[in-house]
Amino acid sequence: MDRRTLLKGIAGVGSLAATGGLSMPALSQGAAARTLRFVPQANLANFDPIWGTQYVVRNAAAMVWDALYGLDATLQPQRQMVESEEVTDDGLTWTFRLRPGLKFHDGEPVLSKDVVASLARWSVRDPMGQMIKAIQNELTAVDNKTFKWVLKQPYPKMMLALGKNSTPCAFIMPERMAQTDPFKQIAEYIGSGPMKFAKGEWVPGAKAMFEKFADYVPRQEKASWLAGGKQMLIDRVEWVVIPDPATAAAALQNGEIDWWENPIPDLVPVLRKNRNISVDIADPLGNIGAFRMNHLHPPFNDVRARRALLTALSQEDYMRALVGDDTALWKPLPGFFTPDTPLYTEEGGEILKGKRDFAAAKKLLAESGYTDQPVTCVVAQDQPITKAQGDVTADLLKKMGMNVDFVATDWGTVGSRRAQKTPPGQGGWQMFHTWHAGADCISPAAYNAIRGNGDKAWFGWPSSATVEKEVTAWFEAKSIDEEKAAAKRLNKAALEDVIYAPTGFFLSYTAWRKNVSGVAKGPLPFFWGVSKSA
Amino acid sequence: MVSYIFRRILATMPVMAIVALFVFSLLYIAPGDPAAVIAGDQASPADVERIRQALGLNRPFLVQFGSWVWRILHGDLGTSIFTNLPVGSLIAQRIEPTLSLMVITLVLTLLIAVPLGVVAAWKAGTWLDRTIMAFAVFGFSLPVFVVGYVLAYVFALHLEWLPVQGYTPLAEGFWPWLVNLILPAVALGCVYIALIARITRAAMLEVLQQDYIRTARAKGLGQNSILFVHALKNAAVPIVTVIGIGIALLIGGAVVTESVFAIPGLGRLTIDAILRRDYPVIQGIVLLFSFLYVLVNLMVDVTYTLVDPRIRY
Repeated sequence: MDRRTLLKGIAGVGSLAATGGLSMPALSQGAAARTLRFVPQANLANFDPIWGTQYVVRNAAAMVWDALYGLDATLQPQRQMVESEEVTDDGLTWTFRLRPGLKFHDGEPVLSKDVVASLARWSVRDPMGQMIKAIQNELTAVDNKTFKWVLKQPYPKMMLALGKNSTPCAFIMPERMAQTDPFKQIAEYIGSGPMKFAKGEWVPGAKAMFEKFADYVPRQEKASWLAGGKQMLIDRVEWVVIPDPATAAAALQNGEIDWWENPIPDLVPVLRKNRNISVDIADPLGNIGAFRMNHLHPPFNDVRARRALLTALSQEDYMRALVGDDTALWKPLPGFFTPDTPLYTEEGGEILKGKRDFAAAKKLLAESGYTDQPVTCVVAQDQPITKAQGDVTADLLKKMGMNVDFVATDWGTVGSRRAQKTPPGQGGWQMFHTWHAGADCISPAAYNAIRGNGDKAWFGWPSSATVEKEVTAWFEAKSIDEEKAAAKRLNKAALEDVIYAPTGFFLSYTAWRKNVSGVAKGPLPFFWGVSKSA
Repeated sequence: MVSYIFRRILATMPVMAIVALFVFSLLYIAPGDPAAVIAGDQASPADVERIRQALGLNRPFLVQFGSWVWRILHGDLGTSIFTNLPVGSLIAQRIEPTLSLMVITLVLTLLIAVPLGVVAAWKAGTWLDRTIMAFAVFGFSLPVFVVGYVLAYVFALHLEWLPVQGYTPLAEGFWPWLVNLILPAVALGCVYIALIARITRAAMLEVLQQDYIRTARAKGLGQNSILFVHALKNAAVPIVTVIGIGIALLIGGAVVTESVFAIPGLGRLTIDAILRRDYPVIQGIVLLFSFLYVLVNLMVDVTYTLVDPRIRY
């Protein structure tokens, strides 16, 4: 081949490419109005809501899989797939009946055997499910529409467990899928929810497509969070992954997307200026910022060292670092439960209130025996929430006169390092930062982070008999008053033992084009009831 | 020539083997744990360990490496830990946007950079030369993401001429495909244009001082003919070399550009895989990029024979 032949060839390929695309398939206005383009908080990298418990997976799964119960905006579990339930007087036998008309996306009816298999898989992975499994006598299908769960001891929070929105949710799958090992991924994505997952259009890291399930029979009640009638007013929901916030903001302004789940606070003023865009608080339950200390190693194996940090830390510093000067987005949190929810309490919260007392904090630290040894503070820099908190903590530790070993790394590394129980010098750690969804912190039900059960506790492995006693008291409570009393005692005990350090309560915004209506505030984006005009 | 190409392809095999060993070892010793990411923030350490076991991540290094190499030798790049999809399919989904971006950038670069370099050399020392070189320094100094944001602001948000983000496959039409790539290609091309323009200028300056150019002028040949037919052809070898080397620059730049313009290409796949520690995907992509780079070098060597008839293998 000579040079001229090569150049001719290149030109030929160019012409071919040019003539190959004479026209563009344009969406009609009606079709465009029936497709909602949504930018989720993160990439949908897998789609098994039991195997992978990230919130983004739960949010997508809530469209595709239905659950027996659904939590409503008053935080009460309401019937969803279930038509009725009965519990014997001794509280040991629960009998559930499925409502008529339930179908999977492959056309098969939802049967009790599917529910039994789904609950069996879920109960291996979910903390509440594990509690039920531990006291389970049997979980069986009585007939095609009825199943029963027989327990060795009463479990008053059964309906909450089956309808809660914290991950993993008790989603119902066909039996063949639910028989997958809970520690391995499912291979197909068939649910009975109001939207079908278009697997063929899924480009992990870029887009996911959901299509309206024509045979879905919604409940008659008004939709409220995960409860009530899930009426789909749009035909397709396209999840578009845009990793860069500035690009997402520009795309929303340009009308290339319809709804952006969580714009960063810095860009909200720009969005507010655009007359075509609405901005509002996304989830009134917000988030709780946290740093955890390792209770296994000095100095934080001594409660005085942990209390010293609570005595000195300013939640305002943390919150301003996180959300800036928008005071509507944060509030101080002298406790562990989500503000404005029934169990919220400030019992024992004095240590986090008022003027910060560095002298008292330093005295406590000295009493704990701290002698300038390095404190390994592992901070993920690729997560804005952990990075901001980490910077404030580093400053706090320095002001306390502590020797900070600041390990700037990424979230993937924090995820593995925090599981190390070895001393900090041997790959372990003394502090890391995180945050908890407020929806998970409304009660001890799904609140792993508040547990004090030592080796089985969340990272940091706090051990507190008092905390565990009050968690049990809450689970056994038979009235809301008993629950509130248990939560008060639990809050006080968790602060006294400093299970972890709450750095404040913060909210985030969501933003959408004004031709979209029906966007509801809640712990996850709900697509039922949302419509879009051309 | 054919035997040369065959030998070069054979020579890539040990290179690829070393790359494979290096990448696998690096990921093995790198901190991070995909099981922890999969399990989610609320998972217990016991759950994380169970997932790790299910994924086979706690097997010895040699066992893991052996089974990976065995699969690769059978043409199987493995399965993504997270998506449960074959790595080959994930790469196939993402290769078109990246190749499109690189091709458009390359075409844009050649159309702009080479003439600029030629003109700068022709007018060496004048204000035109200085202006072009100032532009080159400017283009070389600006980070891709800054150029990207500015372009998106001006041409997408302000003028509303072009989209901010996304990608349309070529199968859906040439214009929709092109329209999504113009801004990313310009952003990515800035550095590349600056580099090639400077190299072209330097190579042309040397050639323009040769005796045969003076002879051509003495014969009364036109300026364009001298510059673009006689001089540029003889200056092409270093330019082609830098274009080849610059492919690596494009691959690196594509990672950032794809993130800024939300293009679902291999660059974003790489970043996502690294952040999640999706080892099979990272290994597959690095192997692919290494192979591409070796291939580009081979193409550069072959191109020498097209631009300089004195070179024969």
